[in-house]
Amino acid sequence: MTSTNKLLLEAKGITKYFGTITALENVNLKVHEGECLGVVGDNGAGKSTLMKVLSGLYKPSAGALFFEGKEHVLDSPKDSQNLGLEMVYQDLALAGNLPIGENIFLGREPTKNIGFLKFLDFKKIQEMTSAHLEKLKINVKSAEQKVEELSGGQRQAVAIARSTAFNAKVVIMDEPTAALAIKEVGKVLDLINKLKSTGVGVIVISHRMDDIFTVCDRVMALFQGTNFAESQLDKTSRDEVIGWIMGKK
Amino acid sequence: MKSLVGLWEKNKMDDKEKKQDSLYVKLIPYFEKYGILLLLVIMILVMHILQPDVFLSWRNVTNVFKQISWQSMLALGVFMVIVTAGIDLSVGSIMMLSLMILAIVAKAGAPWFIVVLVPLFAGFLCGLINGLGITLLRMPHPFIMTLGTLYIFRGTGNLISGGTPISGFTDEVRYLGHGRIDLTWLGLEKSQYLPVSLVLIAVVYFVFWVFLNHSRTGKWIYAIGGNPSAARASGINVNKILIIVYSLCGFLSGIGALILAGRTDSGYPNAGLQSELDAIAACIIGGASFFGGRGTVLGVFAGVMIMGILRNGLNLMDVSSFWQQVLIGSIIVLAVYVDVLRRDFGTRK
Repeated sequence: MTSTNKLLLEAKGITKYFGTITALENVNLKVHEGECLGVVGDNGAGKSTLMKVLSGLYKPSAGALFFEGKEHVLDSPKDSQNLGLEMVYQDLALAGNLPIGENIFLGREPTKNIGFLKFLDFKKIQEMTSAHLEKLKINVKSAEQKVEELSGGQRQAVAIARSTAFNAKVVIMDEPTAALAIKEVGKVLDLINKLKSTGVGVIVISHRMDDIFTVCDRVMALFQGTNFAESQLDKTSRDEVIGWIMGKK
Repeated sequence: MKSLVGLWEKNKMDDKEKKQDSLYVKLIPYFEKYGILLLLVIMILVMHILQPDVFLSWRNVTNVFKQISWQSMLALGVFMVIVTAGIDLSVGSIMMLSLMILAIVAKAGAPWFIVVLVPLFAGFLCGLINGLGITLLRMPHPFIMTLGTLYIFRGTGNLISGGTPISGFTDEVRYLGHGRIDLTWLGLEKSQYLPVSLVLIAVVYFVFWVFLNHSRTGKWIYAIGGNPSAARASGINVNKILIIVYSLCGFLSGIGALILAGRTDSGYPNAGLQSELDAIAACIIGGASFFGGRGTVLGVFAGVMIMGILRNGLNLMDVSSFWQQVLIGSIIVLAVYVDVLRRDFGTRK
């Protein structure tokens, strides 16, 4: 189903050295519109390094990134954000002391001018937040609520909402359910499915087979910094994927 | 039948709990925002009852504002730094150095507008040095950088002045710290004037309130205190914001120097000694958190006022300054303990 959709992000031959250590070697990756790609691998397999290359935090030693068919060189996370490529970090990257709305728009706050001075437009933040949360069917008491008052699942939802507030085309999630209570995992996975249905391409890095087999359409395994195996989800099984993580085919 | 009664009883209890809950939820934000003002009002009432003739007299109230004028500038600067989860121990020394530079420039016969601008610029530069040191030299904690500059700036101030007081400034230079706004046109007596420093406090605090709450940079200052890695991931240049914060803190200390010059008509080596601790105390009493991201400009103002009124009131009652130290220390501990209790209270809802 997904192969007919538009190709959004493609990484070709990504190689990354840290001094004498080879973290990634000739890694390829593709994500299509409305598709969820699961990336699995043991600790140190290169998952995080690959994601940091995709988000512009690291520059690859070799290889190229193509976004919607065009090659791009990313110098910083700002560059990837401008392309519509957003990252949801494992540690959530939210400021607990600020309200939901201000977290979602942190760094990109709408302002209004009074004379030559720029002031925050709280009304606009509020409106845009409510509309966006509504769109993703995220329930919170109000956009004014501070993030530290939310549960882990709600925070993850806010983090995901934040990543998609500016028309993201590809969202990369690093262990989106790792810090959550079991009853909240389902809600976050639902949210990922909702994102897919709006045409966003999603990359999920996860250790949890449940996550991978609930939301992903395709799964790829990294082993010691290389592409080890890849398959459509309906053509593989949990045991096989677990085998890939351990380097067995 | 019995079970129905039980159910009804249970419902009644649920209702009661709900009511209590909503009351908590309604009260907490107000308590959080205005609790410290309540303490301030209580203190004013107590002082008024203890000293009914003097405490609320025009003369004494303006006196309190004159006394807190320069401390309030240091406290506001330190507050911004504390919001970023940092600390600035050097504000007293920055003020002293700025004051000494002002005195030397004034003695050299520079025109008054230069003399007035010099401490502001000097304070800003000192703050900039702090900010650059913390970010570029990657000091493990701002405590260390500003502890270093606490000595460096005061030492420099003593070096350039030879460690002796330099006195005698013109009226223009002394205006902010010593000026009076005549109110006789309102039908008030000549002695019922408005100190310029009071107006200055109001203006500066208002400007910084707007800056911290209604500008993007201000919001980012709070965000950095809340979670620096979140701020960084949001594309905020954390180092740049920190440099701005420490520079502004130095600038405010420079304003403090200008006020002090007006009040004392002299640059003297002991100026602002230990005042960094007063500034930190005012922030803590006012509800700022050492872990960053928390606190309000209004709270800092209340903190400064509480310390000022306590000192003034105890002086009026002829209580020894040793007792003042004990009391101020106790209030710091008490204020933070109340904050701890409030937090428990808040999470139990």
